[in-house]
Amino acid sequence: MTLSIAVVTAGLSDPSSTRLLADRLVAESAGLLEASGRDVAVDMIELRPLAHNLADFMLTGFASGDLEGALASVARADAVIAVSPVFTASYSGMFKMFFDALDNDALDGTPVLIAATAGTARHSLVLEHALRPMFAYLRAVVVPTAVFAATEDFGSTSDGALTGRVQRAARQLVALLADQAPSPAERRTTKVTIDNPEDTPDFEDMLSALSR
Amino acid sequence: MQFGIFTVGDVTTDPTTGRTPTENERIKAIVAIAKKAEEVGLDVFATGEHHNPPFAAPANPTVLLANVAAQTERIILSTSTTLITTNDPVRLAEDYAYAQHLADGRIDLMMGRGNTGPVYPWFGKDIRDGISLAIENYALLHKLWREENVDWEGKSRTPLQGFTATPRPLDGVAPFVWHGSIRSPEIAEQAAYYGDGYFHNHIFWPSSHAAKMVRYYRHRFEHYGHGTADQAIVGLGGQVFMRKNSQDAIREFRPYFDNAPVYGHGPSLEDFMQQTPLLVGSPQQVIEQTLGFREYVGDYQRQLWLMDHAGLPLKTVLEQLDILGEEVVPVLRKEFAALKPAHVPDGPTHASLVEAAGGPREFHTVHAGDDVTGSSPEEVLS
Repeated sequence: MTLSIAVVTAGLSDPSSTRLLADRLVAESAGLLEASGRDVAVDMIELRPLAHNLADFMLTGFASGDLEGALASVARADAVIAVSPVFTASYSGMFKMFFDALDNDALDGTPVLIAATAGTARHSLVLEHALRPMFAYLRAVVVPTAVFAATEDFGSTSDGALTGRVQRAARQLVALLADQAPSPAERRTTKVTIDNPEDTPDFEDMLSALSR
Repeated sequence: MQFGIFTVGDVTTDPTTGRTPTENERIKAIVAIAKKAEEVGLDVFATGEHHNPPFAAPANPTVLLANVAAQTERIILSTSTTLITTNDPVRLAEDYAYAQHLADGRIDLMMGRGNTGPVYPWFGKDIRDGISLAIENYALLHKLWREENVDWEGKSRTPLQGFTATPRPLDGVAPFVWHGSIRSPEIAEQAAYYGDGYFHNHIFWPSSHAAKMVRYYRHRFEHYGHGTADQAIVGLGGQVFMRKNSQDAIREFRPYFDNAPVYGHGPSLEDFMQQTPLLVGSPQQVIEQTLGFREYVGDYQRQLWLMDHAGLPLKTVLEQLDILGEEVVPVLRKEFAALKPAHVPDGPTHASLVEAAGGPREFHTVHAGDDVTGSSPEEVLS
């Protein structure tokens, strides 16, 4: 069965170092999976084109345009790679808005690889104090290695080089996907919504649940 | 098919003048709007219930509805919505039965859960119990209108032993109930279980949501044996602003849209019209759009429009009602009637419910107790 990886990248420029880092993480992870005989489908979700839809979502409560599909893609992915630039000591506002728009249960049990970029390595703990707790709240399974890339990392091969960290994080993500049957999306308890109203409990059951 | 309007009673600054009506002006304006609705030939006026600014909607809608009932002859008075979660079902049973008597049966209700988070704790409830409160409270309300001596025990209020809600519903027939919900299939399930109506507000969200909810409700209505799916009782909201020339309508409504509570400062008017059922245009466009609703919800029984929010001045709202009554509703009435198959029921009225119940029943309170001292039958009998 094909494994789906949804990549959320919140870089704003084109090209952005955030997207560059996302591409490296995807290439490494998909490469390892394909080497072990798995088919991989990657959905690259750039948040910049969704900026207006995200702001509208905050005000109207429904996902317009391509945002609806992007949220659905992340919710049914077997794994997620999430990359944000560091803005003012945290993830960018748009990165947070996307995950605010996502259903609270959508990532329950989903392996997530987190990564961030910034102009200086002094921001590297953003991954630990901002991204990791956010995904913990969403009950995602965050891989131990979070990948941070400062601008200088793109020109360095010294100890702890970016390539090595990317490879280690990708190995850890792939290990989480090794024997995933059924996938997290399939295992998740279905929350009754208008998209699956047929899962609504029978009314008599709802009534009798009240007297328990 | 019943046509009408619903209001949320918001007190909103008119963005074109910067003027905010006083609560008193807004409350009197709503009464004027309700009377106008009858005058232009609409069938239903429904009021919201709120417990916080910026709303001047009644905390107990029966106060407004009884006042309007005294000044009208024909229009059905309803709610949009009655908070079944935080109101005491005993008070709802008694207040609405009383209003039903005063209004000669021109009362029905729409149940909703409420949209303000703190309204739950203000009334000692928890928003996380929203669905179960709606289910338990309505189960009690349903019983209080249908049984004279009620024993009841539940989680949401103190138990009842041998309780009779007074007055009894007019002619022994409970007011018709609609259940409103935008996205909770549990509420559509509830409406289907009782064979009550289901209403989708159908204004702030894409119509695909309304279509899914209505389809589910119809399916479950049939499952519970109340009739075929296409006989289920469906109501829809809608929001329109009309001028003879659609460009004039857009120009005039845009500042109200851009600054409106709920969706203001968000999507453009054009985007929102494309994404949701909002229509700003000519009466002919409104006719075509409304007839189109039928294509995704089936033949339905009640269409209510939101006409008076976002700070629109009273004069404009009354003009809109004139257009609705003169140019839109007469055409829709004819077109919908021609399209509706004979086996699909009309929107319920008190008269149709009495007929379905096999005629009116009269009630006389039996004074087993002493009506001078007020001692109860139980005390006397024990």
